Amino acid sequence: MTAVEAPAADEEVLEVTPEFEAAAERQERRRGFLLALPEFGYLTLFFAVPLVIVVVYSFATRNRFGGTDLSGWNVDSYVKLAEPLVREIFFRSVWLAALTTVICLVIGYPFAYYLATRSLRVRNVMLVFVMIPFWTNFLVRNYAWRVILGNDGPLTKTTEFVGLGEHEYLFTQTAVVLGLVYGFLPFMILPLYAAIERIDRRLLEASRDLYANGFQSFRHVLLPLSMPGVIAGSILCFIPSLGAYVTPEILGGAKTTLLGSYIVTQFLTARNWPFGAAMSFVLMAIMLAATVVYFRKGGRTL
Amino acid sequence: MNTKHWLRLLAGLFTLTLLAAACGSDDDESSGGADCEVGEIDGDLAMYNWAEYIDEEQLQEFADEYGISYSLDSYDSNEAMQPIVSEGGSGFDVIVPSDYMVSVMISAGSLMPLNYDAIPNSSNLSDDFSNLYFDPEGGYSLPYQWGTTGIAVNTAVVGTDFPRSWGIIFDPAISGQFDGQIQLLNDPRETMGAALKYLGYSMNTTSEDELAEATELVAATAGRLAAFNTDSADEFLTSGETVIAHGYSGDMFVQFLETDNPGDYVYFVPEEGGTRWIDNFAIAHDAPHPCTAHTFINWMYGADQGAALTNWNYYNTPNAAAVAGLDEDLLDFVNDPAVLAGGVDSLEALEDTGDFEVNYSDAFVEAKG
Amino acid sequence: MSKQTSAVEPHGWTKFFLHTNGWLVYFFFYAPILLLVVFSFSDSRNVGTWGGWTLEWYAEFAESRNARSALSTSLQIALVSTVVSVVLGTMSALALERFEFRGKQVFDALLYLPIIIPDVTMAVMLLLFFSQFFELLGTVFGIELAKGVGSITLSHIAFSISFVSVVVRARLAGMDSKMEEAALDLYATRWQAFRYVTMPQILPGIAGGGLLAMTLSLDDVVITQFVTGPGGTTLPVYVFGLIRKGVTPLINAISVVMLVASMLLVVLSLLLERSRSGSGTA
Repeated sequence: MTAVEAPAADEEVLEVTPEFEAAAERQERRRGFLLALPEFGYLTLFFAVPLVIVVVYSFATRNRFGGTDLSGWNVDSYVKLAEPLVREIFFRSVWLAALTTVICLVIGYPFAYYLATRSLRVRNVMLVFVMIPFWTNFLVRNYAWRVILGNDGPLTKTTEFVGLGEHEYLFTQTAVVLGLVYGFLPFMILPLYAAIERIDRRLLEASRDLYANGFQSFRHVLLPLSMPGVIAGSILCFIPSLGAYVTPEILGGAKTTLLGSYIVTQFLTARNWPFGAAMSFVLMAIMLAATVVYFRKGGRTL
Repeated sequence: MNTKHWLRLLAGLFTLTLLAAACGSDDDESSGGADCEVGEIDGDLAMYNWAEYIDEEQLQEFADEYGISYSLDSYDSNEAMQPIVSEGGSGFDVIVPSDYMVSVMISAGSLMPLNYDAIPNSSNLSDDFSNLYFDPEGGYSLPYQWGTTGIAVNTAVVGTDFPRSWGIIFDPAISGQFDGQIQLLNDPRETMGAALKYLGYSMNTTSEDELAEATELVAATAGRLAAFNTDSADEFLTSGETVIAHGYSGDMFVQFLETDNPGDYVYFVPEEGGTRWIDNFAIAHDAPHPCTAHTFINWMYGADQGAALTNWNYYNTPNAAAVAGLDEDLLDFVNDPAVLAGGVDSLEALEDTGDFEVNYSDAFVEAKG
Repeated sequence: MSKQTSAVEPHGWTKFFLHTNGWLVYFFFYAPILLLVVFSFSDSRNVGTWGGWTLEWYAEFAESRNARSALSTSLQIALVSTVVSVVLGTMSALALERFEFRGKQVFDALLYLPIIIPDVTMAVMLLLFFSQFFELLGTVFGIELAKGVGSITLSHIAFSISFVSVVVRARLAGMDSKMEEAALDLYATRWQAFRYVTMPQILPGIAGGGLLAMTLSLDDVVITQFVTGPGGTTLPVYVFGLIRKGVTPLINAISVVMLVASMLLVVLSLLLERSRSGSGTA
């Protein structure tokens, strides 16, 4: 944002000298800094510092009793990350998370657009109605899906009735993806809605006037303008999906181990905190790198 | 520029101080046993227990009797409870760790030694429960409830003519026709332990070869399962998702009673052997109200209170004096000789295998695929 | 905002597709909720088999002191954490989108970390942090603090700030700053420019972020479990523990109560906002 020029009154004519500009710019920077300071401080205290603790733990050793020995630093935990088991889990998780994100995008984008093109009153109501299901407990929603997809549940009964034959839905990877999509669809819809809603309709009108058909308008006007929303939504979907562990357990029957479950296992079952810390740290580093790349591609700075 | 650098510096200093504090306080020597009289109260009771393991009304009774109030918070696994207590400052007085976790917590200095002068009712403890491996002198824990882990079968579907063996899960020749309707616990030690028992090994083995065999077995079985599940093992059985289930005695028993046809279901510990697990009363090393905690444990060890507890959660009691007050149904279930197909001696307790725990955990992940 | 014209109002098969997609999505969202609500009245311990109408589960919930205190604790924490994180999150979004300053890159990255960190890792590190921090306060300053509702709220705020910020930024991103500049040219103070020009335009983003923050707080289990203390049991943690014992319609009943309570909270705040601004949102 360019430096703001001081209000020029009719009586005085302020000369905009380079020093003046520089001073104004400094003032801007200070403002920005002050504006960011409280959050920065908060996050440093309650996030960055704990994070440092995690990194420290990742270099520690698991003692005989599952506690953590902070003395005697080593990189054993990081070496363990190269094991084939870990890599298999990682790629499997990335694939599922990507699939979930794509499905969320495909379903969520038209929905967000639909939402954004309603009248204001309707829009707010609809938005709230999107969020309401998510004020029930996350676990309970998963269990509800378990009932729906169960062997004697509504879904199997319906498909049998319709004549599609007998299928097992529960405890499959399909069930897991369905559960993940269900859980993260609002995370895709909200940023998309926010981004689409503020796009000037007249731009779309103009493209229509210039003989573009619907698809072309979408591809060349709507999509690029809503890209920040697409990016934000994708990130908010992909990353939690990668770390998900409740849904794979409840809907997948814990038959496939994903990254989230594996990390939880380190902390809560194997009591191998250094390894859990190392995995988390590496995962976060990868995610951060991917986010940066994604952002750069989307034309924004990070 | 200066401000930012200052901030960086502050954050760094802060971190260092924290780390120094961490290193400094890592070795927490547990204080000597609390100097308490019988029935002495030094504040409200803060209990940290498994969910639905004790009746709130019973706690209220205790609170009323001694003129205090109580708080009950719950955890769902030992490994989630342990760091919270071990780190210190949790605010909890009485906790209920399982057998292997007691030995872990004693080594970590997270438990307060029990002052038996303040727990005279501990004499009610059944002899079967003295000299437990995880706390031989009972210096830090007193058994709370116990049970077994075994197999529950829906005889209406499977029939009654099957071997009382782990083979009913692991051997396709026996249960091949029920593929997709079998469930194993989502617990590395229990499930790998079941496989190890079937293969004739100890469930506490630290032999990599034996564990590898067990891993192969579980991996071969994984495709035949409906799910690996701990929480709903009993429900899947009675709702029809599974017909052969791996689960805990009390859970299964309660679930059977809630169906219209409890006679259709049977629970047993296979002849090769299974787990006997014991949950225990213990006091956090920095419990804010140690005397109240002692008084509470003493009170719970009374014959009436012990019976009330078990009659509520339907597991089994280590309190010899409480047995007389147990419900009929429960006594029938518990004393049924058919339950322990291999006899009492076939039961084994899960022990903490130290560094080998990581092997068990990884083996389980590998087996699941 | 600009008026709708028929040129961009979806029509034909596009319109049909959008409508259908919309309804399907709502159905998808509400199917389990419907199941949840219906079965909370079921007279059967098994969630999945219908046993006739009953209110026993709600009665059980009403009688359970633990359940009620867990519900109120959850709502308290959610309210405070939502309000604080919306304020801080919006400020962050503004700072990052509208200003340049030293350390902006670091701050930006820091803001993303709570989103990309696995839940359980954050839980563990916050446990370690609070334990050490409180100990430090105790030994150095003599201030005795205990973990509980306070530490839970602080933790919830920590991750909610990031989510709110992301949503508001998506809104701010393409927004033209010329309107604000114009306002400033017209002698508005910074605060006035924000209050009367920027804020109305990003309100949907703020609202969305707030809803998200509330959802995150009400749903959180792992982090809450680790930084809790006596009396800090929230509803999801309580339900999590109950589920360990068996999934009965009691859990459905509790969820429905929580749902209704959250809805009431939101309706209340909307009404308050409406009455305050007089003519509703801009």
